[in-house]
Amino acid sequence: MRVDVIMPQMGESIAEGTLTRWLKKPGDKVARDEPIFEISTDKVDAEIPSPAAGTLVEIKVQEGQTVPINVVVAQIETEAGAAAGAGKAAAQAEGAKAAPEGAKAAPAAQAPAAKQPPAASAKPAVPAGGGSDGRDRAPQAEAPAAPSAPASWGPGPSASREIPKASSLAGSGSTVDDLRRVRSSPVVRKIAQEHHVDISRLSGTGVSGRVTKKDILAAIEGGAAPAARAGGPPDRPAPAAAAAPRSAAPAPVYAPGQRSSIVPMTAMRKKIAEHMIASRRTSAHVTTVFEVDMSRVMRLREEHKQAFQERHGVKLTPTPFMVRAAVEALKAFPEINASIEGDNVVYKKDMNIGIAVALDWGLIVPVLKHADDLSLSGIAKAVADLAERARTKKLSPDDVQGGTFTITNPGIFGSLFGTPIISQPQVAILGVGVIEKRVVVVQDAIGIRPMVFLALSFDHRLIDGAVADQFMAHIKATLEQGKFAEIV
Amino acid sequence: MRRCLHAYAGRVGYAEAADLQERCARLLKDGGTVERLLLLEHPPVITLGRNARSADVLHDEATLESLGVAVHETNRGGQVTYHGPGQLVGYPILDLSPDRRDVARYLRDLEEVLIRTLSQFGVTAGRAPGLTGVWVGPEKIASLGVHLSRWVTTHGFALNVNTDLSRFGLIVPCGLRGAAVTSMQRLLGRTLPLEEVAAAIVPVFGEVFGREMAPGSPPVAPAAAPALTEVA
Repeated sequence: MRVDVIMPQMGESIAEGTLTRWLKKPGDKVARDEPIFEISTDKVDAEIPSPAAGTLVEIKVQEGQTVPINVVVAQIETEAGAAAGAGKAAAQAEGAKAAPEGAKAAPAAQAPAAKQPPAASAKPAVPAGGGSDGRDRAPQAEAPAAPSAPASWGPGPSASREIPKASSLAGSGSTVDDLRRVRSSPVVRKIAQEHHVDISRLSGTGVSGRVTKKDILAAIEGGAAPAARAGGPPDRPAPAAAAAPRSAAPAPVYAPGQRSSIVPMTAMRKKIAEHMIASRRTSAHVTTVFEVDMSRVMRLREEHKQAFQERHGVKLTPTPFMVRAAVEALKAFPEINASIEGDNVVYKKDMNIGIAVALDWGLIVPVLKHADDLSLSGIAKAVADLAERARTKKLSPDDVQGGTFTITNPGIFGSLFGTPIISQPQVAILGVGVIEKRVVVVQDAIGIRPMVFLALSFDHRLIDGAVADQFMAHIKATLEQGKFAEIV
Repeated sequence: MRRCLHAYAGRVGYAEAADLQERCARLLKDGGTVERLLLLEHPPVITLGRNARSADVLHDEATLESLGVAVHETNRGGQVTYHGPGQLVGYPILDLSPDRRDVARYLRDLEEVLIRTLSQFGVTAGRAPGLTGVWVGPEKIASLGVHLSRWVTTHGFALNVNTDLSRFGLIVPCGLRGAAVTSMQRLLGRTLPLEEVAAAIVPVFGEVFGREMAPGSPPVAPAAAPALTEVA
């Protein structure tokens, strides 16, 4: 089977690495733990050992390229029987259905992750709290220059941090604790951290002794229920209920007598800061806000969700409706799907929609390519696939590049609307607020409707207010009246 | 507490020192537990790190040779630097597993060791944001460059004690054009024996890295490098 080799995380604050040299060529045999490539970060050069014995079959990242951590840089085809290392790698993919299939040979190699129970795969498919809403949320605006990496955003330090899957940097020093951690999913580790539970003391009922979410919830006495997740269950129309406050940084430590604590920014934080400021400096940001009645969408969703799930294997969330409505509007207003280069306007034929996805260890903004060619179910599946691959760290650099428009969802945390910062070089970004029932006037009567505020930040250099508002009116009309005929 | 053996090895050729580090690191990677802090000085040599640009060496090899300066490519991180007499070079051979597996933290820790050591000599040094190394005002007094293999460290730091600073004119140090270098000698107005600075570094190193420091000579190569037998 094939084992992914990923860019390892070389430290808390390290978000990316530069691959400086391949020590092996495609076709070369490699031993487990044999150095196969070198990376450099700042003043450090490191040899990265192979996660498994086998043959290096594909190199995905070339010398000199800088990629975010956890991006797949190569693949190794393990020899028959050498599945041990591979099994371990597979087991690290969260929720992956563990390894015995390793014996089943090659072509299905990529499958273990894809075969997850649908419930799990649909979970993070919510567009998640975008970092581009001008607050300090997340690396969304990172996308243009360096694809944002799923790091450094988690609730806290090491405990919840994922050990780079295939890096096997643990090679020389993996401890029992490491192995235990590897054997539990990020969700479980996060819950464990939040409740101060030592996973290594639990006996797992999962495959090869993995501690499952059920195990840990059972272990937490009176266990205040399914611990809050950043993403929140997507099928809940009012994510306010799902959003748990989660601190972006570890609590500061104050030295005795000190009234403040000085902590250097992480590499990712600095990058976000640079991108935010660069975008502010580049674009003439204006934000317009529309309120949309989601009754129709929520009803369609309710009607079709079961059949949809059965037919397509993914949950039907409001996200594909939003993407669809945005794509329809982009078709009508091509200047929104454009960028400025010097004195020229570059119109983009492809509609590649960046969608922020919540992960247990952070957030990433994969790009839904050619969204204009996709049906609603196609969008739902593609979003679920991207989210799934984000979660199992199978995104390629290409998956996070080339966005032409971005959708972010601060609503997941209960925000009514934000004023997102544009992800350069795009010229607009749509922020989706919380969908919640509000009292509204419907045909001169008072009604209760699921409502949402949609905020569009646009670059006034290129887009006039009239165009932006017509674009938003188009989205509103689609969501409120659209047929979405091909739903099932 | 983990033990770390330290030794001041005097003047050691660059290639020899590289071999020595490799041997120590190999032992550690093969399951050994002995960590080391090798302290020494090099004969004049320009070394090219993994990110070095050849344009940063400002003279051709023949010129450098006539000046008695060798050129070596190395597998450490960083760019171009100069080592030579009067510069205290430290090569910690540590296993950063399991609790210190963070390259940025390792660099900051090395800087911390040097900053604290310098303060004992009355030199107030610090960090420059984004520029790894130890700085006194706008001038660099120590450079870092590290190699990691399975979280075992080689290479390390170079502290200018009495270094002939004019030699840095042969290169663009660390790729930073116009970056000035300084030394303890220049700042303090007196020459310090390298042994004395080395001796001051050892306890600080133990403190920062949480190691129990003990003297111990490095393993001798099978084909014994003479310079190293005198160590201790």
